[in-house]
Amino acid sequence: MVNRGRKAIEDRFAKDGKKAAFIAFAMAGDPTLEESYEIILELSQYADIIEVGIPYSDPLADGPVIQGASLRALRAGTTMDHAMTMMRRLREHTDVPLIAFTYVNPVIQYGIERMVKALLEAGVDGMIVPDLPYEESGPLREALHQAGLAFIPLIALTSQDRIHTIAASATGFAYCVSSLGVTGERSKFSNQLEEFVSKVKEYSPVPVAVGFGVREAAQVDFLKTFADGVIVGSAIVRYVESIYKAHQQGNIEAAQKARQNLMDFAKSLAFATGRKGDKDE
Amino acid sequence: MIPDEYGRFGEFGGKYVPETLMSALTTLEKDYLRLSHDPEFTKQLSFYLEHYLGRQTPLYYAEHLTKLIGGAKIYLKREDLNHTGAHKMNNTLGQGLLAKMTGKKHVIAETGAGQHGVASATVAALLGLDCTVFMGEEDMERQALNVFRMRLLGAKVVPAVSGTKTLKDATNEALRFWVEHVEDTYYIIGSVVGPHPYPMIVRNFQRIIGDETKEQILLQEGRLPDSIIACVGGGSNAMGIFYPFVLDKDVRLIGVEAAGEGVDTARHAASISRGSKGVLHGAMTLLLQDTYGQVQPAHSVSAGLDYPGVGPEHAYLHDTGRATYVSITDKEALDAFQQLAQVEGIIPALESAHAIAYAVKLAKELPKEHLMVVNLSGRGDKDVHTVQQYLGGEFHG
Repeated sequence: MVNRGRKAIEDRFAKDGKKAAFIAFAMAGDPTLEESYEIILELSQYADIIEVGIPYSDPLADGPVIQGASLRALRAGTTMDHAMTMMRRLREHTDVPLIAFTYVNPVIQYGIERMVKALLEAGVDGMIVPDLPYEESGPLREALHQAGLAFIPLIALTSQDRIHTIAASATGFAYCVSSLGVTGERSKFSNQLEEFVSKVKEYSPVPVAVGFGVREAAQVDFLKTFADGVIVGSAIVRYVESIYKAHQQGNIEAAQKARQNLMDFAKSLAFATGRKGDKDE
Repeated sequence: MIPDEYGRFGEFGGKYVPETLMSALTTLEKDYLRLSHDPEFTKQLSFYLEHYLGRQTPLYYAEHLTKLIGGAKIYLKREDLNHTGAHKMNNTLGQGLLAKMTGKKHVIAETGAGQHGVASATVAALLGLDCTVFMGEEDMERQALNVFRMRLLGAKVVPAVSGTKTLKDATNEALRFWVEHVEDTYYIIGSVVGPHPYPMIVRNFQRIIGDETKEQILLQEGRLPDSIIACVGGGSNAMGIFYPFVLDKDVRLIGVEAAGEGVDTARHAASISRGSKGVLHGAMTLLLQDTYGQVQPAHSVSAGLDYPGVGPEHAYLHDTGRATYVSITDKEALDAFQQLAQVEGIIPALESAHAIAYAVKLAKELPKEHLMVVNLSGRGDKDVHTVQQYLGGEFHG
């Protein structure tokens, strides 16, 4: 049994500065709970770390693509308990670090203590809560840290004099938001991105990854020159959306094809981040 | 000091927003605190409040209604007489000036029924700012005339197509847009909701309602009122009239929520009476949600009260017991709507009709010496069509 918790996440990052970790995002319950389980398990062959989204009715940090995933998952009846059970099943079959991604209100309603216990039982290694800024995150952060789990903070281009404090508090990794705005693919990154990431690196005791807007392997080539990891969410979810649509039309072949496309895409990202496409390497 | 430096009203309030917005909120707070003491800012605001909005608004003794009920003496604070028809402009004027004096060229706003959208579009036209209003796709259909009014005023109206396609989702879209354009855009929030410092800023721009009321009632009656009644959706008109009286412990403060088809049905908007503690739109407050924290849709015949949350300071006033929150059904509000029209010749907004309905209920049980002030937050022109549809053949004219 490997180490779990924040250590498991931190160990996954490449150490020589040239390679970056590929962090994939997928939503629990999208298109269904069972198929999201299969998709994430298959993704774990290519991704170094996986963020598992837990759906929320009002995901205000997300763009239309991930909002759509949240809505599909909720319509499929996905709850926090379902997501926990699914992640526990994943853990029985893969060592890939898992990070639960959800909003603050579902966490509050579930209860912090109960949440940490459920995460530990499911073998989840950390959490990201995009609407819980540093000032409000104390109780959850401390509870996760006490359990040896990571609390991965988001740092934005506008964070300025907040960078130091937030970066210093990071465990697992520090999550740099590449652009202003919500999640979603973008064709271009801010000119200030590299400088911003270097500044975060100065203060962060853990690796620094970049997310929001990454949609293709070519961007990864650029990002890995200065970031320790690259997070890809909406671009992956878009494939899942195709799977969902194919199912809606009763076209099983198209669904399988979309899933194959998704895995090919994941493989290309794994390759671009400079790692082999097989976790067992 | 309420709120405290973290924007907390007791357990409520705070800032639960994406990190990208945090520095903008801090800057907004600093700008607001600086400008609210700036003589040029206060001079301009007072000028517009008086000469553009038409303040102060009357505190009108509703003699006919009072006599008909035969109980407490009922006064109406006539916010319906403001330019554009409601209290909303007190806030948009203040925030519009803040935007202008901090060098922002573009303002955005969310709107449910369209009142705050119209008020924002109006101020933008007045101050020469670009304006984009986010409105739920469903609300755009229900309130087509207000959409046209906003466009007439030069604003761009963007449909919110996510979630329930109503006010809650329009607010999400406005916040999302703001995250992306935070460097050159000012977000004019329409109620005492959202992350700190918004609930404080909006309250302070709306407190003019209560400040005037206090002065007027002292002039007319020589003493403070015994009770103040106002409707509560997000709660800005209520906060505005309550706030200057919070320390006057003998003044009863009563907020009226929308019970929709009844608080025991699934279709209501009683976030305080029937909600639970949680985070909505950046603040810890009381909201309608399921056990997993998924926000539940609200319902009210009045689009302005059709919101699943409430301003954090109301949650606090409820928690401390300083204010009492009750609810009024669609049916009761519709009755009060007609009653006020027929008895006083004032067609109230459906939102305000909730406050009237409760006032009438309560006044009956009170002695003639009891002084009651009802905040008539808006006029009902916008609702005539809705009411006509609801009443159908039941109009008792």
